[in-house]
Amino acid sequence: MHMMYFTEQPMSAYDAKAGLDFGATALTFSNSYFDPNEGSRLYNEYLEEYIMAEDYGADGIMLNEHHNAPFCMQARTNMFASILAAVTKRVKIVILGNPLPLTENPVQLAEELAMIDMISKGRLVSGFVRGGGQEQLANGVNPAFNRERFMEAHDLVQKTWTQPGPFRWEGTHYQQRVVNPWAIPMQKPYPRVWIPGVLSKETVVWTAQQRYPYIALNTSIEATKQIHETYDKAAAEVGYTAGPENFGYLIRVHVQDTEEKALENARQFMWMQGEFTGLANPVWANPAGYFSPSGRRAFVEFSTGRAKNPRGNPTFEQQVADTMIIAGTPDQVIERLKYLVRETRPGIMGIWANDGNVSKEDRRRCIQLLCGEVMPAIKEYGATLGLNDPWEANAPVHLRYSTDIAGQKVAAE
Amino acid sequence: MSVVWTDTVKEIAGIKLHVSRGGSGPTVLVLHHDIGTVDRLPFYDALATKFDVVIPHHPGWGKSERPQWMRSPRDIAAIYAWLLADLDVSNVSLVGLGFGGWIAAEMASQAPRAFAKLMLVGAMGIKPAEGEYIADQAIVSYIAYPKSGFHDEAAFTAIYGDVTTDQLEAWDIAREMVFRTAWKPYMYSQTLPHLLGGVRAPALVVWGDDDKIVPISAGQAYARALPGASMTTVPECGHFAEMEKPDAVAKLAIDFLSRT
Repeated sequence: MHMMYFTEQPMSAYDAKAGLDFGATALTFSNSYFDPNEGSRLYNEYLEEYIMAEDYGADGIMLNEHHNAPFCMQARTNMFASILAAVTKRVKIVILGNPLPLTENPVQLAEELAMIDMISKGRLVSGFVRGGGQEQLANGVNPAFNRERFMEAHDLVQKTWTQPGPFRWEGTHYQQRVVNPWAIPMQKPYPRVWIPGVLSKETVVWTAQQRYPYIALNTSIEATKQIHETYDKAAAEVGYTAGPENFGYLIRVHVQDTEEKALENARQFMWMQGEFTGLANPVWANPAGYFSPSGRRAFVEFSTGRAKNPRGNPTFEQQVADTMIIAGTPDQVIERLKYLVRETRPGIMGIWANDGNVSKEDRRRCIQLLCGEVMPAIKEYGATLGLNDPWEANAPVHLRYSTDIAGQKVAAE
Repeated sequence: MSVVWTDTVKEIAGIKLHVSRGGSGPTVLVLHHDIGTVDRLPFYDALATKFDVVIPHHPGWGKSERPQWMRSPRDIAAIYAWLLADLDVSNVSLVGLGFGGWIAAEMASQAPRAFAKLMLVGAMGIKPAEGEYIADQAIVSYIAYPKSGFHDEAAFTAIYGDVTTDQLEAWDIAREMVFRTAWKPYMYSQTLPHLLGGVRAPALVVWGDDDKIVPISAGQAYARALPGASMTTVPECGHFAEMEKPDAVAKLAIDFLSRT
């Protein structure tokens, strides 16, 4: 089992009251409330903490990006990935992920990722995401073509990584005269690609068709099982049987020496008023055309206050009861995680460990206990359940490199 | 006198286009707003007492099928030129409402001698004066946006009532089509102003004096760019002028379109 440390890198040093007074803490909440001195402090502290996570034994560091909001101060995931490529030695650098539709130049993205792969000496995992609705609005990218751009950018990056240049690309959303970057990935055929997601069935099916692992982002146990069913079915249709190496799961966990302190800090997972990306107008998260047309009716009802949020708005206590958030001493956390692992059988596990306003001292104690005690115990337990990660399972990087599918052409470029 | 409207479907550019037609007289093509159109409006009925009125649902809006390839109001303009050819009508007048005004201006710019008259009401399509911009529906809710296009909220309520879920869904689809055709730059063309100088049709630019969606400076820019255009405002009226002040706008339209 692959176990990674994750934090949203919260910009916790802002005036929360100002956000509440404004009525939103995303997209249009003014960056006049962003203090760059505090930003400098936090970026550097988070960087030190990633290095600690490696020192204490994490297998990977999971990174992401968001825009225009205090809940995540990492605006360019490749920035931290580049730094970590140089300053860490062993951990996988797991980008979950680069928002493909946001790029106007997927070749440049392929180039950057190849550089990160080489600088890290082959430790890059290059996840891709569609990016939330707010990311499209913050970057001026058309939400109506989000999925088309995601798929086309993926295909272009994949081709850039695997086919010798120069070649020309004449797509719907991207056209390139000369694709021939002088930077190609060290890992062959190309760095592993994992796809994180929350609820979009179309993405689960596409991911299974590529044979990429799907990383469920803190979905309920029930929803996670449904994701597995959808994935398994799509995998069977293209000729392979999905295993734990095809699934990952991200869960919020906070560990301290006492249960009381762990619970107190874990309440910070609700720091954005319980809203994942902060208080926002629903149309920012789902601008027209971004969402699946099958969800259109339910969304317009929810967004105008005629129906409840389909994701619900459970309290902290409810989320702890439902194992959506785990907090406690190492022994308590290990017990809950074992239950979760039995139920969801992931080969890849992301631990989202620190959020909101947790003191530097407590964040670091959490990392120490988590990476030093909890992760080894869960890896050992996972091994007894046969929960292999993609490396242990020697899984193909993409469907086209499968050796277990009759008639599958093995691309040996 | 009640107007008889006939709804038909025309196959154009690979899609099924919904077209309503009513009245008799010289043909007037009416192009609706970005938020689509309800099927019948007093303004449409008033026009149909004097003219042969053709009102399509824009491709992808309302009951018209979406062309997946469509990328700009100029594409829609070409579809309507095709529609008019199929209907075998000529010397048509154009009445463009808001976003439909942009399409009408595109049509006129591409066929300067083809049209009898051009009437633009709160038309999008031209960048307003420096420091002003066209209100962006991308970051406001489904009901807030149309409401902002009325001077008096009672006029909004008179047409949309409590707003049905079907209407909300139609607005979401309309919004998606706006994104597909006018995302960036939002709601204007950088080339259109340079192409309007050849238009031979007499033009009338009409603006609600309280249009909170398209600044009146955009209307003034149209009036400058179109040779021989005149401009007038409708008092106590928002962007959706033909819905808020149907009598006043219909009178302006009938006077202008009937003038020889």
